[in-house]
Amino acid sequence: MASDGPSQAAPQKPTEQPLPEDRLTKAIIREGHTLGSVTDKISDIVLTRKTPRGWYIGLGLSFCLVMLMLYSIGNLLVRGTGIWGLNAPVGWGFAIINFVWWVGIGHAGTLISAILLLLNQSWRTSINRFAEAMTLFAVACAGLFPLLHVGRPWLAYWLFPYPNTMALWPQFRSPLLWDVFAVSTYATVSLLFWYVGLIPDLATLRDSSRSRTKKVVYGILAMGWRNAARHWERYETAYLLLAGLAAPLVVSVHTVVSFDFAVAVIPGWHATIMPPYFVAGAVFSGFAMVVTLAIPLRKFYGLQDFITMRHLQNMAKVMLATGMIVSYGYLMEIFTAWYSGSEYELHMIANRMGGEYSVAFWSLITCNALVPQLLWSERVRTSLPLLFIIAIVINIGMWLERFIIVVTSLHNDYLPSSWDSYAGTFWDWSLYIGTIGFFLSLVFLFIRFLPMISISEMRMLVPAAEDPEPEQRLTEDSESSQGGGE
Amino acid sequence: MGTLKKKQPVFGVLAEFSNAGELLRCIERARDFGYTKMEAYTPLPLHEVAHALGHKSRLPLIVLIGGLLGGTIGFSMQYWMSVVDYPQNIGGRPLNSWPSFIVVTFEMTILFAALSAVFGMLALNGLPRPHHPVFDVKGFELASRNRFFLHILSRDSEFELSKVKQFLETQAPLSISEVPH
Repeated sequence: MASDGPSQAAPQKPTEQPLPEDRLTKAIIREGHTLGSVTDKISDIVLTRKTPRGWYIGLGLSFCLVMLMLYSIGNLLVRGTGIWGLNAPVGWGFAIINFVWWVGIGHAGTLISAILLLLNQSWRTSINRFAEAMTLFAVACAGLFPLLHVGRPWLAYWLFPYPNTMALWPQFRSPLLWDVFAVSTYATVSLLFWYVGLIPDLATLRDSSRSRTKKVVYGILAMGWRNAARHWERYETAYLLLAGLAAPLVVSVHTVVSFDFAVAVIPGWHATIMPPYFVAGAVFSGFAMVVTLAIPLRKFYGLQDFITMRHLQNMAKVMLATGMIVSYGYLMEIFTAWYSGSEYELHMIANRMGGEYSVAFWSLITCNALVPQLLWSERVRTSLPLLFIIAIVINIGMWLERFIIVVTSLHNDYLPSSWDSYAGTFWDWSLYIGTIGFFLSLVFLFIRFLPMISISEMRMLVPAAEDPEPEQRLTEDSESSQGGGE
Repeated sequence: MGTLKKKQPVFGVLAEFSNAGELLRCIERARDFGYTKMEAYTPLPLHEVAHALGHKSRLPLIVLIGGLLGGTIGFSMQYWMSVVDYPQNIGGRPLNSWPSFIVVTFEMTILFAALSAVFGMLALNGLPRPHHPVFDVKGFELASRNRFFLHILSRDSEFELSKVKQFLETQAPLSISEVPH
């Protein structure tokens, strides 16, 4: 399982040799690392290493897309949501598709950092930081869409229950309001989780940087963290509790998102399969995004020591498993429609498979159900280019899935006289592509200014403290020397 | 005991070790010696060290209370708004349609618990605290890299500068430094 195939992608020297099967921790972090070397290797990227030219190019291109996003938003605010392709009967177009897509992508970050932490999967350590960052940025992109979709975003605070002169309160029986609470809680908790994880690393950056400005900035952000043992103990407790809280939270978020659909009576939406199928789809697309980011990152920053083939293989397996759950969801949708005997449900499925959007439907089946089957093969899982392509294909497939769910159910509902087709306009696409640029810009800034791998957690993977005498190592000492704290 | 009231010349004494095993042994000896006011600084979390220092965390209780409070506030807010202050007939449901209130109650529970975990941790740790006397010790920045420090504080009733230094010297640390006030 843990054995690594030789990498196809790396022209680097000895970075990726096959590792023996039984050395689990060694496959998580390469042999020979010490506390100091782990610290340096990660913090140097931020502090001393010259910023690679690719970073400037990447950020430049992404930033152009941010400008496109801002232009699209500006245009929207001036001219109104009429510039989008929305109309009766399809009132939920790209805005909701993109919202669901982005929130879903965010889910892998929390899953990796919280659920895998609780399950004691130590391989998560080197990918959790940037997966969490990815969560935050994806949720930021996601939040933008409903905000703009309300039409008058400057009044979006009306969604929250606050005492107001209109003497109104929100409607707590609506899933759309549940979404407000679920997504804002999720954004807050993800931010806290990420920031708490960063505090010791910010202190490390403060301590290792030689520039005064960096010392001050990182020092302020580290809040005076001084690595005291009692602080660490409370910190670990807080981190573990946050993980325990984030785990049910992440499941609840996409469940609530699916309620936006499932609680409605539209054919194709009103199904009990929606919550589990949405959660699995979220994890599926989220892991695909982590792989999409991890493969180039480890290559350009030489992090093959920390993000090993074992990580990529494990993520590929998660994609395979969740892909199967999603495929089961597709089958169940068809089965339920047939079994219901309802004319409308049957029409919905027939329309999906053979109607106006059948190309999108069959592409999504290819992307999400068929292509991931390649991941059964270890040769595919260990081939970086293939894995990268499959991850991108899954990202596209998951976007198509949301498109199909939103559009096919709405454009042909109960009343044939109101049937109409739907397509995104230029402004729909420009805003969507713009948010991808926004997301990537945030990722580029993050990897430049913050440690993309948790330094303090990587230190815990170092077999023993930097220490020439084996009998003094903590692993041997800790059990025998401890009488417990009287 | 006269030393207790007297103003100590230093804030404490810091001993530096290259690994956690030596640090742990030193804590044990220091406890045998009668020192109680101690703190250790390590580049990674080590439960053994915190336990050796006799640490007990109250944080889980704070988080529990935070979560319960959040859930209670969440549900009563919805009850008051939907039943008392602004009753509306939505699809013939009873005013107190509690199953619809579960999602928001759940989210508020998580939100309050998470906020109490983070702010509780920071408050108990006394952070943010931009400056602390140990930061004045040269070489202390290695605590966030690969060195392990034991700090015996001068407010310890047994503290006597020369004796503390003498004791620490027997533990063969890499260095011993006085921490100025």
